Amino acid sequence: MSALVDLMDYDDVLATYDPVLGLEVHVELSTNTKMFCGCPTDFGGEPNTQVCPTCLGLPGALPVVNGKAVESAIRIGLALNCQIAEWCRFARKNYFYPDQPKNFQTSQYDEPIAFDGYLDVVLEDGETFRVDIERAHMEEDTGKSLHVGGATGRIHGAAHSLLDYNRAGVPLIEIVTKPIVGAGERAPEVARAYVSALRDLLRALDVSDVRMDQGSLRCDANVSLMPKGGDTFGTRTETKNVNSLRSVERAVRFEMSRQGAVLSGGGSIVQETRHFDESSGSTSAGRRKETSEDYRYFPEPDLVPVAPSREWVEELRGTLPELPWERRRRIQQEWDLSDAEMRDLLNAGAVDLIAATVEAGASSAEARSWWVSYLLQQANLRGEELAALPITPVQVARVIELVTTGTLTNKLARQAVDGVLAGEGEPDEVVAARGLKVVSDESALRTAVEAALAANPDVAEKIRGGKVQAAGAIVGAVMKATKGQADAKRVRELVIEAVSA
Amino acid sequence: MSNPVSDEITRSTAAELAERIHRREVSAVEVTQAHLDRIAGVDPEINAFLHVDGTGALAAAEAVDAALASGEAPASPLAGVPLALKDILTTKGVPTTCGSRMLEGWLPPYDATVTRRLREAGVVVLGKTNMDEFAMGSSTENSAYGVTRNPWDRDRIPGGSGGGSSASLAAFEAPLAIGTDTGGSIRQPGAVTGTVGVKPTYGGVSRYGLVAFSSSLDQAGPCARTVLDAALLHEVIGGHDPLDSTSIDAPVPPVVAAARQGASGDLTGVRVGVVTQFAGEGYQPGVLRSFDAAVQLLAELGAEIVEVSCPHFDYAMGAYYLIAPSECSSNLARFDAMRYGLRVGDDGARLSAEEVMSLTREAGFGPEVKRRIMIGTHALSSGYYDAYYGQAQKVRTLIARDFAAAYEKVDVLVSPTTPTTAFRIGERVDDPLAMYLADLCTIPANLAGNAAMSVPSGLSDEDGLPVGLQVMAPAQADDRMYRVSAAFEVARDAAQGGPLIHRVPDLAVTA
Repeated sequence: MSALVDLMDYDDVLATYDPVLGLEVHVELSTNTKMFCGCPTDFGGEPNTQVCPTCLGLPGALPVVNGKAVESAIRIGLALNCQIAEWCRFARKNYFYPDQPKNFQTSQYDEPIAFDGYLDVVLEDGETFRVDIERAHMEEDTGKSLHVGGATGRIHGAAHSLLDYNRAGVPLIEIVTKPIVGAGERAPEVARAYVSALRDLLRALDVSDVRMDQGSLRCDANVSLMPKGGDTFGTRTETKNVNSLRSVERAVRFEMSRQGAVLSGGGSIVQETRHFDESSGSTSAGRRKETSEDYRYFPEPDLVPVAPSREWVEELRGTLPELPWERRRRIQQEWDLSDAEMRDLLNAGAVDLIAATVEAGASSAEARSWWVSYLLQQANLRGEELAALPITPVQVARVIELVTTGTLTNKLARQAVDGVLAGEGEPDEVVAARGLKVVSDESALRTAVEAALAANPDVAEKIRGGKVQAAGAIVGAVMKATKGQADAKRVRELVIEAVSA
Repeated sequence: MSNPVSDEITRSTAAELAERIHRREVSAVEVTQAHLDRIAGVDPEINAFLHVDGTGALAAAEAVDAALASGEAPASPLAGVPLALKDILTTKGVPTTCGSRMLEGWLPPYDATVTRRLREAGVVVLGKTNMDEFAMGSSTENSAYGVTRNPWDRDRIPGGSGGGSSASLAAFEAPLAIGTDTGGSIRQPGAVTGTVGVKPTYGGVSRYGLVAFSSSLDQAGPCARTVLDAALLHEVIGGHDPLDSTSIDAPVPPVVAAARQGASGDLTGVRVGVVTQFAGEGYQPGVLRSFDAAVQLLAELGAEIVEVSCPHFDYAMGAYYLIAPSECSSNLARFDAMRYGLRVGDDGARLSAEEVMSLTREAGFGPEVKRRIMIGTHALSSGYYDAYYGQAQKVRTLIARDFAAAYEKVDVLVSPTTPTTAFRIGERVDDPLAMYLADLCTIPANLAGNAAMSVPSGLSDEDGLPVGLQVMAPAQADDRMYRVSAAFEVARDAAQGGPLIHRVPDLAVTA
């Protein structure tokens, strides 16, 4: 498919045009029940088992607003620095489609619950880009169509279609940005970073699973180009089916190159919906509409207005968790990290693990050292994410504690960690089972030191003669004799003591 | 073949029947059977019912008798009394067609809240009554299943959309019925059949399970042959329903008490406003004379009569025919052959879903429904919304203000319910605007969400057909109109020599 599309070199696009983005993100809320009825919202149920007269749009059935969904919408709005409407209504968006039971979607139109906000997005190099938020509004999801018999799995060419209404009526929040201008060459990165930051935020708010692979977070990317330095937006396309962070970046980049080629070739962009193909990384035109869709919005007469009291809004503001980027800023300060160090931790996915280890009693320096050196090595060896290692921050904190109290040396501690990773149990169990305790019996150590000195009289002589570094050989011999379970520092002290006696 | 015992049952009021059933002088099964027999005898001529559920009705009646026999108190003041249900309220497992081919054969998987409350109250649902398709019409001529005939004159319409419910009362096929009123569909059939029809305050009776025509206007309500019976039914079906977001979360106004108080015949101190807009051109002289006589009677009962002007009522019809079609164009979009009901053109391969939807809607909807869907689709389209739907909503606000100003001066408002008596079948089918005029006086109360009812005022002197007196009251003050109507009913019967309904001509009963 992409072979048929002319693409312009990315740098050439940027030399001639400024990209303008608009991102629409649909988030499925993780409420127990649907937006307007009591049906469960669980993902993956047998088709058409989580339905009732209301979400099937049966004649006579009526909607009732899910209060928990309104609460989530307000919290999302507050976290996005939005105004919260004092009074707003639902509206009907009318269009015919088989996966939409009523042939209208109950949504919000010109009276969204939240509006005029922003999200500060941190880019790869630490620079912050502010994305202005136009609105966040409540609506219901549609059912799912499965098109059978066609080559593409899309409706075109399919022999028949199957409909599953389990998803119909699941609460959605649609978050719409204002036009994102000025991102320039970083537009694809900004798009990705925005969706990523939004996902972190929603996860911290605990309002959604934010699983792009399961469709609980979906992104539509609007892209247009305008002549460099201009201020009149070009015609935009809307790319749907962008189901991963990487795809967001690729889709924007592809559209910029495609549109650049069309425009510089003297063509014009058609306002249309495009479909992103994950495997080729390209977009293709959806069915072209002769006329623009007229949704005939009007206020939903089956529902009463939503008028959240200011007291309630403030109460909800009080429930906002520490936002991910604020937390990162605080942690960076508390742990006294440079921007580069902080970025490394973030890239390694180590921040939460370290924070939890600190929470469990370890110092931040020790916790950081363990996670980004030895444990990261182990993760890399296993080909796993750090968080996937079978060891908990509490266990790591316990190992650190054992080192601090002198029960384990660093070397023994690594063995204890290996044991935990191998599934041998808690750190203390591994220490006991593997016999990892430091030999702290002074008389036994002295005997071992004496024996080693006696076995190496020439080395003993060198030490007496002032070559203190020669003591290392004796320490090594003692460590060998004690199978590594002695505290090397203490052994060294005993060696010096013995020769100077 | 007439049976004196059955006739005596079917001509009784609901209150009388309930009392006798609860005293166990007659069983609910006997009462139900008498009505089923009556339906079998006269309905081939009247066509009030689209579906008679004899088995379900007798089973419900048996349950009431069994409960009473075991010493239980009646589930409600109407336990054991039969009722005719408009075919727009869902009934689990019992056909619900809305008078349309579109829903032929559909068996709803759930009961409307009104249906559920009736069942819980021990009211026996006899069957489902005929109506204009999806409640759009004033004559039942828009039903896909044939017209219902007016028991007063079988060549005439029984009103609409709820003509089946009102005709079943006038034909003594049921003592109670449920209707729904979007622009007059309870009151206008009540007026032309000489029965009582009540549109409660919007939100007073749950709309859950009422197949929507125009959501912001639709309101289910009681139909009966007496004001007290309507009040008793009102209290059974009314009250807050968490399944309907627009349902009022407040107690039902004390309508039974008000009806009983009114029956004492004293209206001293009650201020009655006569709406000056509802007279003049287009009103049948006999209707106006009956109305004037009714007002005179109210004055004799002690009411203070005041003339009230509601200038924006002149724009009510125009606003209504934008708002109702707009909402209907969206509400009826769901009838698309995908999940239930009629499906046309699905040959398994050749046609797309979109084409099947289109063919089905073409075949399944009648001309009046299509007309309103098209008007509404146009009125909501971008570029026209402000001029049509938006402007109509402003008119609606002005009408509500007219009412509010009027109710500062008076307790209730009165008018003729409909400008003419029952017209002849076929007379207006080719003239939609003439048909729409039947709702001229009833529409304002729907637009404002207020309460209104029709009580028979007498027979028009020029054609001998029933005339209705409309009594309107502020939102949530339904009790006021019941009091006035009940007082009027007593005085009317005294003045006219007995219950008006007893003057319905005898129907030939099929053996």
